[in-house]
Amino acid sequence: MSFLVGQNMTGGYGAADILHHCTIGVEQGEIAVIVGPNGAGKSTAMKALFGMLSLRQGEVLLNGENITTLSPQARVLKGMSFVPQTHNVFPSMSVEENLEMGAFIRRDDFTATMAQIYDLFPVLKEKRRQPAGQLSGGQRQQVAVGRALMTQPKVLMLDEPTAGVSPIVMDELFDRIIDVARTGIAILMVEQNARQALQIADKGYVLVQGSNRYTDTGEALLANPDVRRSFLGGQ
Amino acid sequence: MQDLLNALVLLANFVFIPATAYGSQLALGALGVTLVYGILRFSNFAHGDTMAFGTMVVILLTWWFQSKGIGLGVLPTALMGIPVAILLTACFVLLTDRWVYRYHRQKKAPSVVFLIASIGVMFLMNGVVRFVIGPGDQRFEDGERFIITARAFREWSGLNEGMVFRTSQGLSIAVALLVVIALFWFLEKTRTGKSMRAYSDNENLALLSGINPERVVMITWILSAALATIAGTLYGLDKGFRPFTYFQLLLPIFAAAIVGGLGSPLGAIAGGFIVAFSEVVLTYAYKKFFTYLLPDEWAPDGLMQLLSTDYKFAISFVILVLVLLIRPTGIFGGKST
Repeated sequence: MSFLVGQNMTGGYGAADILHHCTIGVEQGEIAVIVGPNGAGKSTAMKALFGMLSLRQGEVLLNGENITTLSPQARVLKGMSFVPQTHNVFPSMSVEENLEMGAFIRRDDFTATMAQIYDLFPVLKEKRRQPAGQLSGGQRQQVAVGRALMTQPKVLMLDEPTAGVSPIVMDELFDRIIDVARTGIAILMVEQNARQALQIADKGYVLVQGSNRYTDTGEALLANPDVRRSFLGGQ
Repeated sequence: MQDLLNALVLLANFVFIPATAYGSQLALGALGVTLVYGILRFSNFAHGDTMAFGTMVVILLTWWFQSKGIGLGVLPTALMGIPVAILLTACFVLLTDRWVYRYHRQKKAPSVVFLIASIGVMFLMNGVVRFVIGPGDQRFEDGERFIITARAFREWSGLNEGMVFRTSQGLSIAVALLVVIALFWFLEKTRTGKSMRAYSDNENLALLSGINPERVVMITWILSAALATIAGTLYGLDKGFRPFTYFQLLLPIFAAAIVGGLGSPLGAIAGGFIVAFSEVVLTYAYKKFFTYLLPDEWAPDGLMQLLSTDYKFAISFVILVLVLLIRPTGIFGGKST
């Protein structure tokens, strides 16, 4: 049983189901990646795990506890944290204020956490007085991840963290994500850059039309000729 | 030289001082509108009548204090009534939220529904105010009326022109300054204030960060009620209270908030002064001013007035239309209207 797992999830936004008996799980200290073609339900699966859409079937368990009916806010209190793909910072607020808002639910002293995040993303410390909306795409993603880490979550969920950033920034972000995973946090992310993401993944889920097509370690998926041909552009 | 000084004093007396006081009052009003827009995302048409309601409570309290013989000496008794009036106005506004707006918020209604609902609230408040205090004029200014009187200024300066600085004008400017400083301190430095800005910036992310939207909404209403009561009282001390005038104030207040950029507190303040100065500068009759400055034979015959004061609302309208045509997000780039 994984630390966070969505079992047999079926559901969608309206009448039509997008997910069909989809199962996704992640362990503490590991990185799990959801890949798949456009419209496969990758982001939807992520949102289902975070309680942003209601499931018709299946359940979500966090550390063995059934959290299927909890609201996203309640899941934040349970130690889950979510970085949306877009609109994931407070643009008019400074970097430091963004981090403070991330720690909104904490009543204790969070300066140590903030220092850790500045260690992880040194550029944020440099720009901490600047409005987040004025930063570059890559820096903004760092603010978004930093904000999500301020609650000291047990699970960090990232929806396409490298969307729209340059390859160099992407490598940098992946390195930071590995660093975060090493601290014992479970990381689940949806990625368009499937090949690079699977390279750092302990576990990979290939979704097609809302169902699990392949599930294996990142390495094994990269080596699987079917996966390579269908989803990784040949070779 | 004497003529130049006279001309300048004339301008200060009839343009600069009144426009600054009026601008302070508009800025406070526009701040309330802009806060509600930033958080609840609709234009609150009931704001003018919220001002009237708050001022009405202040007036009733003033009368009560006066009947008991309690006063503030040189300052208007009305100031003592403001805290209680803010409390009552906040309760009233929170009730309208509970009974009217919350239902639509839960249904995630489009902002135009809120706007129409706020017009209903406006009529209700309007009715309550007229019912309680009547539709007529009320003057409730007491204490020392002048900081500088025309005669004192003339004797001191030796000029022909007198300069008047009324207590209500001085109070408007000073109170507006204090309130604005306090409001910005609250929004920039406190945890609650920051959570309001966060909510205004990105509602969904605020929810994901564990910010309680109902609390943010409640504090916004309380602040808007406080700003409305203070702005209304200052305006009433300066120009007298009449329910209909407060309803009409809605136009310059919205013009101010939109010029600055809806949702931007800094913009609301700038907008308040822009609208106030435009109104006063464009409707002042400059005949005497030019008589001082020009040689006698060039002295103007007409009033040298660009617009009659009857048209002062047209100025707000023109500003509103120009801003919406040229720069719909306002000077400080608020939310698009």
